[in-house]
Amino acid sequence: MSPLIECKEVWKIYRVGDVEVQALRGLSLTIEQGEFVAIMGSSGSGKSTLMNILGCLDQPTRGYYRLNGIEVDNLKPDQLAGIRNHQIGFVFQSFNLIPRTSALENAQLPLFYRGLTLTEQRAQAAAALGRVGLQGREHHYPTQLSGGQQQRVAIARALVTSPSLLLADEPTGNLDTQSSQEIMKILETLNHDEGITIILVTHEVDVAAYAAREIVIKDGQVLSDRVTKARPASSTVGA
Amino acid sequence: MSAFVWLTILTALRILARNRMRAGLTMLGIVIGVASVIAMVSIGEGSKRAVQAQIATMGTNVIVIFPGVISAGGVRGGQGSAVTLTVSDALDLKKRIPLLADTGWAKRDVMQIVYGNQNWNGAINGISPSYLTIRDWSYSSGGPFTQTDLESAARVALIGQTVVENLFEPGEEPVGAVIRIKNVPFRVIGVLAPKGQSAQGTDQDDVVFIPFSTAERKVFGTSFIGSVGALFGSTDQVEDLPMAAEQIREVLRARHRLQAEQNDDFTIRTQVDIGKVQEGASETLTMMLFAVASVSLLVGGIGIMNILLVSVTERTREIGVRMAVGAKRRHIMMQFLIEAVTLSLVGGVLGIVLGIAGTKLTTLIAGWPTIISGNVIGIAFFFSLAVGLFFGLYPASKASRLNPIEALRYE
Repeated sequence: MSPLIECKEVWKIYRVGDVEVQALRGLSLTIEQGEFVAIMGSSGSGKSTLMNILGCLDQPTRGYYRLNGIEVDNLKPDQLAGIRNHQIGFVFQSFNLIPRTSALENAQLPLFYRGLTLTEQRAQAAAALGRVGLQGREHHYPTQLSGGQQQRVAIARALVTSPSLLLADEPTGNLDTQSSQEIMKILETLNHDEGITIILVTHEVDVAAYAAREIVIKDGQVLSDRVTKARPASSTVGA
Repeated sequence: MSAFVWLTILTALRILARNRMRAGLTMLGIVIGVASVIAMVSIGEGSKRAVQAQIATMGTNVIVIFPGVISAGGVRGGQGSAVTLTVSDALDLKKRIPLLADTGWAKRDVMQIVYGNQNWNGAINGISPSYLTIRDWSYSSGGPFTQTDLESAARVALIGQTVVENLFEPGEEPVGAVIRIKNVPFRVIGVLAPKGQSAQGTDQDDVVFIPFSTAERKVFGTSFIGSVGALFGSTDQVEDLPMAAEQIREVLRARHRLQAEQNDDFTIRTQVDIGKVQEGASETLTMMLFAVASVSLLVGGIGIMNILLVSVTERTREIGVRMAVGAKRRHIMMQFLIEAVTLSLVGGVLGIVLGIAGTKLTTLIAGWPTIISGNVIGIAFFFSLAVGLFFGLYPASKASRLNPIEALRYE
């Protein structure tokens, strides 16, 4: 079985006016199905660019990126959208829920763009909210929910399509310690019990400690890559 | 896809309901545009129908021939100043042109009519009996005079409703009464059913009809016996009117011995020509309406485009999120197009309601005849849809071209 993520010699070069910015410089990376990876690095290290590329929001300038066996480099914007819809779930630092829209409808959003009936969409969204412990809050609006609860809605939105990859970009950055722990527990459980591959970007060491592998990025390259925990038994079987 | 469209419409309506003030102001242009179009078209249709009804009071398939203009030493008189048409013209036309079902003639003058101690100045018309049938006159009491009355120059009269009202007491029966015109006594043998205003705006009921021969000899004191004020003809089919008019022209030119280079000494008007003049007037009105409507729909459309551009900017992050979770360009495009169309259609429907209410009010208050046709409502609906689509296109395409990374980062 091929690895879930395979990056080889990935370069990303931006042009800001006359200045050429090399955000990624020949970065190579392989992540297996079912891993829980923390990506760390100072700002400007290139980790945001990497996350954008891994999340199919952006494409490498050079090198190749293969997700689940699909070569992503040459796809068109709409094809990338299809891959994001089917393979990837996003969790953002600032939750990014749609304002004045209920938790259920927020969780439903990715299904919006699939040919499902309304009833199917609602059932799946309600189930996803259940998995993050938000039963009974389906009709609450984001403003009626705490930060932790809002982030859980965002996780439900990421989960609802049963993605193979969950990308969490500083998911606890806007949360207090207790909520942070709750969110990380949920992610840990999803990885451990359901074998969902999670890539987590964070600054905080104690948040990164939940992951089993820690990759440090510096100057657009991998500075260090080490396994911090034994991989859960459930996912080693397939690998 | 249908669930997507449905949900998007629902979302659009919710956004609209949330920003009622803003949506209302945005829609105002469309509302006013559509409402004014509906009101004005309805009023236009109503008056057009009224004019058509007036033209119909002329009779059925009528041709009118007026005498021409006198021209002496470069001074030209007004229409009818020449006495070029005669009774024998009328009789000859009927004999020579099979297309003509009938011909008649008339000559008029305004004179005092006296009944008892009442008097009234009305149009006295000396006519042939055929004139009555050509012009489709009917009678509210009594009946027409006959060929015999014409030949014997009988002193009988038919009077119109306006004359009745001015000479007789309410409830008094005019038939059988004796009225005097220029001191000549006439027995009233019929009262004409009212026709109302003519297409030119004159009161068609302010008339007295007497046999042409009686008028000529006893009332008008004509110097040139047989000259008439106008000739009338009618055809069985409306399509025959132009052909009949052309044949009349040829016959009259020959009878009047006109050389090829000479102008006609008469003017021929068919009912179709008269209708066309009125139609021309209402066409001008329609064009002006169209201009007003276009401008207000344009302004309304720009309003919608403006508010949508604001909305796209406000919701950049939302668009980013939607793209991140898998919305394709066409999904974003559709969303904003549907929002634009929802705005314009709600505006259109409000405009239709307002327009109908305004039209009814106009009829109620001003008493103008109005006709609200299904067509104009359909067209108004279609145009508000088209305006939404057209002016939504640019903002929607702008939204769909956003870069998801930048959109997500937008503050």
